[in-house]
Amino acid sequence: MARAVVTMAPQARRGEIVEIKTLAQHTMETGFRRTQTGELIPRDIIRTFTCTYNGVEVYRVDLHPAISANPLIAFTTVATESGMLSFQWVGDNGYAVTEIAPIRVE
Amino acid sequence: MTTRREFLILAGTASLGVAADARAQLDPNLAAKRKTAFEEALRRVVGDAQVKHGRVKLQLPPLIDNGNSVPLSVAVESPMTEADHVRAIHVLTEKNPLPDVVGVRLGPRAGRATLATRVRLADTQTVTAIAQMSDGSFWSDTAEVVVTLSACLEEGLI
Repeated sequence: MARAVVTMAPQARRGEIVEIKTLAQHTMETGFRRTQTGELIPRDIIRTFTCTYNGVEVYRVDLHPAISANPLIAFTTVATESGMLSFQWVGDNGYAVTEIAPIRVE
Repeated sequence: MTTRREFLILAGTASLGVAADARAQLDPNLAAKRKTAFEEALRRVVGDAQVKHGRVKLQLPPLIDNGNSVPLSVAVESPMTEADHVRAIHVLTEKNPLPDVVGVRLGPRAGRATLATRVRLADTQTVTAIAQMSDGSFWSDTAEVVVTLSACLEEGLI
């Protein structure tokens, strides 16, 4: 089944920039490939990735078929307050995965 | 009985036929279509605004063995404050079947205007990264890449 991994430091100082790495398990089928009998394999990709920090959207990515299988997205955010970071991947054929990571800000 | 002359004519037309078939599978306007698609995608991103070179750093390996998974990173110079930050980052290609690669929406809460991911590249080409600032200006950087194994071999000869 669909899985995703998020790597980030669990605690940070206030105002510090936190690096976040995310990896989702997905084939990212482009819709341009054909089977051996010549039929087109339908597109099946993750379309959007959203990161929210205590409910506020901080980073959003629109993915296209040119993103490799098992998309890696690495970015940063500012540690403002303790709480939860929520990561959501949404794609074709009802693909939806949510992952959460707590952060403690001192 | 087939004479030598007739045989040569027959063989000639047969090979011509094969060549024509092979060409029929390749769209003769592919290069022009890709160029139009790239320009349309560029217009969709920037509109009529002027794109200036600089402030953006696009990193890609110059020589790529396997186009299926190419590490790509974009970093934009910006203080990332409420008054002056990067609003969006777009990556476009000239020769992929679709010009769009990735689009990012961000703001001061991101801290740094960066993106790192892995992409598919279909051909030796120029990749463009465009950043939109909070004041509405656009900045860009390009990278030339040589791809030895295309990401879309199934697509035939590109």
